[in-house]
Amino acid sequence: MRYVIAASVFALVGSAAVAQPAGKQHMMYEIVVDANASQPTVLVKHGHVYTVGAAGTLADGDVLIGGGKILQVGANLSFPGAKIIDAHGKPVTPGLMVSWTPLGITEVDLVAETNDEASNQAQDSAAFDVADAINPSSTLIPVARIRGVTRSLTAPVDCGSTFCGTAAVMHLGLGPDLIVKRQAGVLVELEPTGGAGQKNARPDIWSKFRETMDDAREYWAQRGGYHRPGGSRDQRSARIDLDALGPVIQGREPLMVHAERVSTIRQVLQYAQANKLKLVIVGGGEAWECAKELAAAHVPVVIDNDINLPASFSDLGATLKGAARLDEAGVMVAFQPQNDGPAHYARTITQIAGNAVANGMKWDHALAAITRNPAQIWGIADSYGTLEPGKDADVVIWDGDPLEVTSAPSAVFIKGDAIPMTSRQTELRDRYRDLAKKIPPYGYR
Amino acid sequence: MNSMKGLPAWGAAAIVVATLVLAWWLIPGLHHGDGGPVADQFPADDFPSTYHPRPSKPVLIKGATILTATDKEIANGDVLMQDGKIAGVGQNLTASAGAIVIDGKGKFVTPGIIDIHSHLGVYPSPSNEATSDGNEATKPVTAEVRSENSVWPQDPGFSRALAGGVTAMEILPGSANLIGGRSVVLKNVWSTTTQGMKFPGAPYDLKMACGENPKRVYGDKGGPQTWMGDVAGYRAAFAKAQAYRATWQKYWKTKAGDPPDRDLGLETLALVLDKKIPVQMHCYRGDQMATMIDVMKEFGFRIAAFHHAAEAYKVADLLKKNDICAVMWADWWGFKMEAYDGIPENIAMVDHAGACAMIHSDDPLGIQRLNQEVAKAMASGRRMGYPITRAHAVAWMTRNPAKALGILGQTGTLENGKMADVVMWDGDPFSVYTHAEKVFIDGALTYDRDDPKNSPRSDFELGQEDNAHTGGAGQ
Repeated sequence: MRYVIAASVFALVGSAAVAQPAGKQHMMYEIVVDANASQPTVLVKHGHVYTVGAAGTLADGDVLIGGGKILQVGANLSFPGAKIIDAHGKPVTPGLMVSWTPLGITEVDLVAETNDEASNQAQDSAAFDVADAINPSSTLIPVARIRGVTRSLTAPVDCGSTFCGTAAVMHLGLGPDLIVKRQAGVLVELEPTGGAGQKNARPDIWSKFRETMDDAREYWAQRGGYHRPGGSRDQRSARIDLDALGPVIQGREPLMVHAERVSTIRQVLQYAQANKLKLVIVGGGEAWECAKELAAAHVPVVIDNDINLPASFSDLGATLKGAARLDEAGVMVAFQPQNDGPAHYARTITQIAGNAVANGMKWDHALAAITRNPAQIWGIADSYGTLEPGKDADVVIWDGDPLEVTSAPSAVFIKGDAIPMTSRQTELRDRYRDLAKKIPPYGYR
Repeated sequence: MNSMKGLPAWGAAAIVVATLVLAWWLIPGLHHGDGGPVADQFPADDFPSTYHPRPSKPVLIKGATILTATDKEIANGDVLMQDGKIAGVGQNLTASAGAIVIDGKGKFVTPGIIDIHSHLGVYPSPSNEATSDGNEATKPVTAEVRSENSVWPQDPGFSRALAGGVTAMEILPGSANLIGGRSVVLKNVWSTTTQGMKFPGAPYDLKMACGENPKRVYGDKGGPQTWMGDVAGYRAAFAKAQAYRATWQKYWKTKAGDPPDRDLGLETLALVLDKKIPVQMHCYRGDQMATMIDVMKEFGFRIAAFHHAAEAYKVADLLKKNDICAVMWADWWGFKMEAYDGIPENIAMVDHAGACAMIHSDDPLGIQRLNQEVAKAMASGRRMGYPITRAHAVAWMTRNPAKALGILGQTGTLENGKMADVVMWDGDPFSVYTHAEKVFIDGALTYDRDDPKNSPRSDFELGQEDNAHTGGAGQ
């Protein structure tokens, strides 16, 4: 089937389903829809559409979805044969993205064989790659996506050594392949972890950090000759770890640094600038204290903004106003789920954003911090993060203000697929919702 | 001394002193000394509260939306606080001369939030080896320890919780042990001593724990290694306590020979058997709750509530039948196997079944936003079709925890004569954008969001350069 439609407002970019722009007053597009495609073309009508893009907010807007992509966003759209969903004026947003969480690589934290969050080797391992562990069958994925979470920067957690491993971007849609981007950053832990008998002083951490980074640069400068006798000096790090650091030392992918204390943040900021690294601060309890420096260096911060207690001597300055102050200073902010980002709590990302607003952050900036900002930070902004033609169709229709704790999605699309609004949790709920009814036994419901 | 005619002044004084000494030994609750159970019963309270309400002027909040926690919402309503008590809840109240009148337009008023499960003070901020005093994880039964002896009153978490509207909380020992020790109920007031925070007249509770934690801690340290080992451990402890209680009862009756040796752990368990100390039981799974109900019946103690009750929704009818509350999170789940079946509708489903449901934090961040946690639970219930009003849901963070702690007579609702533990919110408390604006404890303004001078800070935070930028309870 072929249709020609007019799109007067939005440019269509990079969509396989769109071809041959034509026309003068209006840009004309021919949209080719495969009649046999598993996804019907869907037209969401009458939404309060937060595009989080240049078009801003449409009080009565429509979103056309087909071929896994957003085809059009505007007012009074129509499309022959499209399945119409009336949003009845409710909010429509891009799918949400959580950052720095082990979503997809853990099922039950304390059941070791389900938990691939961190290396058990107790040694540095930049090559510990979460992409090797992402499990599309994880029950955590439906639990998160029916609450609007459609993307995750899945990363190792603090690992007890300095180089914790390599992150990946995943989507939460229909599998089997959920990985959107491999090698999306390497997590480095620069705060002492403390604990019984552990001496992990900052100078120890830094000397190890510098040496490994130096080794990686030297290794990559003569990688071809690495295996030749005499081709390289002995290096403490394993070849696979030095390989994994390639995109980082080349400044292509982020060095994700967990740092809380402002002095640590300043120090790594200097290091990153001197070595032309793409730095992302994660944690960042005291990051707001050097907000201007971070903004000037275009270094983003991923934060669980609910943390406002001195959990250690490294984050005495943690405050509920942190995100607002960073944002105000021009730092790009993204959010971690509640309680330092456990995968099970990915759905709390809206509450984190809401609390940031309650403590001074602008509402639309907080929405950007769980959509457009993480898309930019993790390098997937060409395909995700806003409701704009050509992007993957991650679209959520809400029953109320998406940042409000009483709200939930009424419909979720991920890469154009209408997601079933069920999870293991909704099935448990439905099994036990009528305790008075004794037959059939619960096990047969 | 005129009333003591015929006696010299020193004689009257001697009688008074003798009477006081006698009362000291005989009246339960007054005797806190080192004498042990010599007054023919086990002593009730050895670390008496020294809390006194701060002096306060009468306060009248006018024209607010009042959620009384008795299933009532009063639009354009007033709350009067006088002499530390609630002196009026309704419309068109008038204040006595000298009262502070607060315009409540657009505001909401609720009872102070009560968190029945907190480790503030025993696992304080900052968290390190020196400050971690929550688990006496040296053997699986430590009925002899008390969380009140571990509380560090300078935990900055107390003031943060205050800014979230929390006026009272139970501080429990951790859950490493089958029997972890006594819990204590505190008022959320700044004090240099724990006794200065202690909620007057609140009963002690005994913390016990089901399931995975004791197994994990003791599995390779002599056990218990299994859930059946856990259950055998509870039963063995209470069997010993029965014998201990019988030994003392026999001695009180006969006074023959020397008194038996005092055992602090068994003394606590004997008080549990006497139902003077109820049990607060960490228990995730429904089947484990059912087992504990049988153990409770076997020994005749009382379980007030199952905490972290992730599967309470599966056995809500059983909880209702046995008058046991369920203490739940809004959406925590999956961090361990026994939490794998936790669902966001849990609180609403338990409530819908007619059992006693409530929120808790178990967390120094969560305790600051229990209103939001209740909002999430309420919304989850509404989405499955339950018509839950906010007038009803507010009880999940006020009345029901007060009931489970045995302090509902004193606090937990906005009713005349109760302690004036009151929160005025700057909007609907079940919105993420709303803040607790003013918090009153026993009628005294204890936190004021608009007045940094009325925002307590712990000693720890003084001189910490970073905190000078933000500072105080509302950090």
